[in-house]
Amino acid sequence: MNYSDLFRVTLPETMLELAALLVLIVDLGFLRKAALKTRVTVAALLGVAGCGLALVMVPHERVGLLDADDLNIIGTGGSVAFLQISILLLTVLTLLLLIDSQFTRHVGEYVSVVLMAASGALLVVAAQDLLVIFIGLELMSLGLYILTAFDKSSGKSAEAALKYYLFGGMSAAFLLFGFSYIYGLSGSTNLYWIGGQIAFAGSSPLLYVAWICIVAGLSFKIAAVPFYFWAPDAYEGAPASAAAFIASVSKVASFGLLLTFSTFWLMPGGSISGQRDVIEQLLKGFYHAWQPLAVVLLVIAVASMIVGNLAALAQVSVRRLLAYSAIAHTGYILLGVAIKPIYTGQSSVFHFVLDSYLGTSRCFFSVLYYIVTYGLTTIGAFGVVSVVERATGSDRLDSFLGLHKRNPLLAAVLLVLFLSLAGIPPLVGFWAKFNLFAAVLGVSAGPVPFALVALAVAMSAVSLYYYLQVLKRAYVMPAADESPIKTHPVTMAVLLLIASAVVVLGCFPSLLQGWIESFYGR
Amino acid sequence: MLAYTIYLSFAGALLLALLPKGRPALARWSALAVAVAGLALGVQGFAAGMGQGRVTLVDLPWVPSMGIHFLLAADGISRVLVLLTGLAAVAGVLFSWNIEKQTKDFFAFFLALIGGVYGVFLSFDFFLLFVFYEIAIVPKYFLIAIWGSTRREYAAMKLALYSFVGSAMVLIGLLAAYTTAGSHSTSLVALAHAGLPASFQIWCFPLVFTGFAILAGMWPFHTWAPTGHVAAPTAASMLLAGVVMKLGAYGCLRIAIGLFPRGLDPWGFSFIGIGSWRDVFAVLAIIGIVYGALVALAQTDFKFVIGYSSVSHMGFVLLGLVTLNQIGVTGAVMQMFSHGVIAGLLFAIVGRIVYERTHTRQLAELETMHLSKRLPFAAGAFVLAGYASMGGPGFSGFWAEVQVLMGAWMARPWWVVAAGVGIVVGVAYTWRAMQKAFFSDALPSAHVLEEEHGHKFAAITWPEVTGVSLLMGASLLVGVWPRVLLDAIEPAVKALLAGGVQ
Repeated sequence: MNYSDLFRVTLPETMLELAALLVLIVDLGFLRKAALKTRVTVAALLGVAGCGLALVMVPHERVGLLDADDLNIIGTGGSVAFLQISILLLTVLTLLLLIDSQFTRHVGEYVSVVLMAASGALLVVAAQDLLVIFIGLELMSLGLYILTAFDKSSGKSAEAALKYYLFGGMSAAFLLFGFSYIYGLSGSTNLYWIGGQIAFAGSSPLLYVAWICIVAGLSFKIAAVPFYFWAPDAYEGAPASAAAFIASVSKVASFGLLLTFSTFWLMPGGSISGQRDVIEQLLKGFYHAWQPLAVVLLVIAVASMIVGNLAALAQVSVRRLLAYSAIAHTGYILLGVAIKPIYTGQSSVFHFVLDSYLGTSRCFFSVLYYIVTYGLTTIGAFGVVSVVERATGSDRLDSFLGLHKRNPLLAAVLLVLFLSLAGIPPLVGFWAKFNLFAAVLGVSAGPVPFALVALAVAMSAVSLYYYLQVLKRAYVMPAADESPIKTHPVTMAVLLLIASAVVVLGCFPSLLQGWIESFYGR
Repeated sequence: MLAYTIYLSFAGALLLALLPKGRPALARWSALAVAVAGLALGVQGFAAGMGQGRVTLVDLPWVPSMGIHFLLAADGISRVLVLLTGLAAVAGVLFSWNIEKQTKDFFAFFLALIGGVYGVFLSFDFFLLFVFYEIAIVPKYFLIAIWGSTRREYAAMKLALYSFVGSAMVLIGLLAAYTTAGSHSTSLVALAHAGLPASFQIWCFPLVFTGFAILAGMWPFHTWAPTGHVAAPTAASMLLAGVVMKLGAYGCLRIAIGLFPRGLDPWGFSFIGIGSWRDVFAVLAIIGIVYGALVALAQTDFKFVIGYSSVSHMGFVLLGLVTLNQIGVTGAVMQMFSHGVIAGLLFAIVGRIVYERTHTRQLAELETMHLSKRLPFAAGAFVLAGYASMGGPGFSGFWAEVQVLMGAWMARPWWVVAAGVGIVVGVAYTWRAMQKAFFSDALPSAHVLEEEHGHKFAAITWPEVTGVSLLMGASLLVGVWPRVLLDAIEPAVKALLAGGVQ
């Protein structure tokens, strides 16, 4: 490891930090007397420019930052590059939605915290070492707590931030505890190395404890059952753009991390070299030690699907509804992360690895596809909610009454986004689900995966009900107030962009799929 | 050319959605133009396809990595149903001529629904078919919820959820079939030839069949149908009964029976005479026939009579499908066409011609209005349509039901006996509704009534006459000259029964 490598690999993060500082300097140094509108616009645009520069600098080559044993500490290229680019693009969208808002006078601070949290997210998806993972997660999470609390005039915002912070602290403790056991078991902090060491050593009760702690910590980040209690409050209390950021960027980053864990530990990693029988022994040990652990994730997936969908049925606040629906979507995605081919020891382990390779990589891609398109859709949903909220003063279901008459374009965007979340073709949400479920069934045939997919499909039928509750108010029920709702042109443009992306990506799924796969072609 | 029916309808929907507000006449005429063009394409495609088997219309790779193709094709069954959709679309626009509330939005949703229906009938790739199938759900919801009547929001939500649950079952089954077949292709032909194991087919078949049959109004999952039909605006009930229920029946035939023929094999044991999924669904279909007819006999709301009669008639379709012999399945397809036309006609008479003038659908109130004297056109049309609906010779329903019953006789004679009860009750409820609504001589007399109210009913308008003549003509033509459809249906059914989706 040398510093030039470090610099090369972390260029995007550096760019974001520089942009954060620049925003602070410009906002506090030059624009103190300027109108709030100008300050918001300048800060948001500077943030966007920083993200743009970072986008250009995302490294694409497959060799990242290496440690003394030539193992990656920070990965680059492949899914890492794809996730980093997605995170930056989603951050740009949330920053653009900020232009219209006036919830705080501390604009510079807000934007710079967003950028720092985003740089934490970039680190999280790239890290392949327990310590770097933890630093990235904390960098991101601390930013998120602050963002949640940013609406100082709202009691809900403070309450949500406090809850989020307390739960977050607890989950970080779990995570660190799990990491420490893992370190004790394997003598390393590198994911790749740990995988191999534990395959040698075999499974032990301590490994299970460690894994359960880690999963508990991560389920908090992705708001999976039973660690989801912060989510409805944070989604409801946080300023809209912060909520959109939490729902999209932090989710993409946390799932990226879960994917890293699941590829390194739940599947045999990379190229193991050595004698044929040694490798065979190692692979068998690997499956024996790690495979049972995926079950924990499956249980959480099932619980999230059920709890999220059923709880969403009872919500009257649209933000809370989105929070519970996010929990449900987490459940679907976890299914894709957790499902692994089961090695029963009957056939040759080499054949097994080769046979299962195609299915698992398809599943991996489908998870990437799902999280990114979900993030995109949910940002748009929060954008619409924030516009309605500003016009009516609340995010209750009833404040959407007559939206079709008050602003037809906004209502159309809402229609597209919510139908996509419900999984109606030809929108992207449908394709994401179809692709994911087909991939899950392709990984491992048999009654269990089939039952899981059947449950997921049935649950998404349930979800149509609550999405239609919102659309019903926008289109069907009589309006209480027919005065038109005005939208800022930039907000409207962003929302239209998101809606059209949802339609286009849904009609031509190979566009995004091809793009994801192109990261592996290099 | 048939493929253009889909593009045209969606383009029309988009165009209407973008039309300026406050130009209802323009919206009506554009919708009519699109619907007529669709019908013309359907007729042309039907005529051109005579004597041909399955013809591929479009085949473009859509998602190559998963073997999904944008594959449109048509065989005899598809062509007949596309023709039906064209007829229902034109008639639906004509009978919605008086819609004043958000006219352009109404026709936009209407054409989007039509586009989805065309798409289902022409897709030969299950993924594509499923996409079109679901596209049709959303406009249905809004058509009923915004423009409907009695308990519209409840009915619309019920319909949407039933449809979505049905399609979820179909999706599960199709995903399982796709992965079991090796995840190579989603084309129906490829899947039918993939050699899915019989043990797989035997549990996947009922799942997919039930999923589709929910939309076909199979008992006991029919309850969305009467409430939905009653709540929907006239054009939407015409479409629901006319083509949307056919989507379900078509799916049962093309997907469930076409892809999983072994699923109908005997289980190897039998319980009170039921030894296979075929028996199970036949029994459900027969219950639907008899139950629908009996419930229709007891209704006080004119539209509910027609709503339950649809459940009964769709029972014939499902019964015809599970006979699994040439004549029974042909009859089922005939019945799809026939019921589509006749139910559309009945809903138009009840919901548009009568209701828009009398503002009631209660048979007890209609009884006192002497409609046979005051609305002779409606009375005449209903007599003919009712006769057709009973399955009287000379109209399409006759050939359809005769073939279904002959097929059922060949399969299991007792099915015919049971279904025969349904036919008799069918005569009774039609007769009762006709007598009560139009020919009752209950007091007060017509003169008194007219003096009391001091107004006459609005005159029958040209869209109504045209619409009625179109549907009646279609049913009569098929009734007099059934070969026109049979020549298209028979070879297609033969191919389908011979070896899956050929």
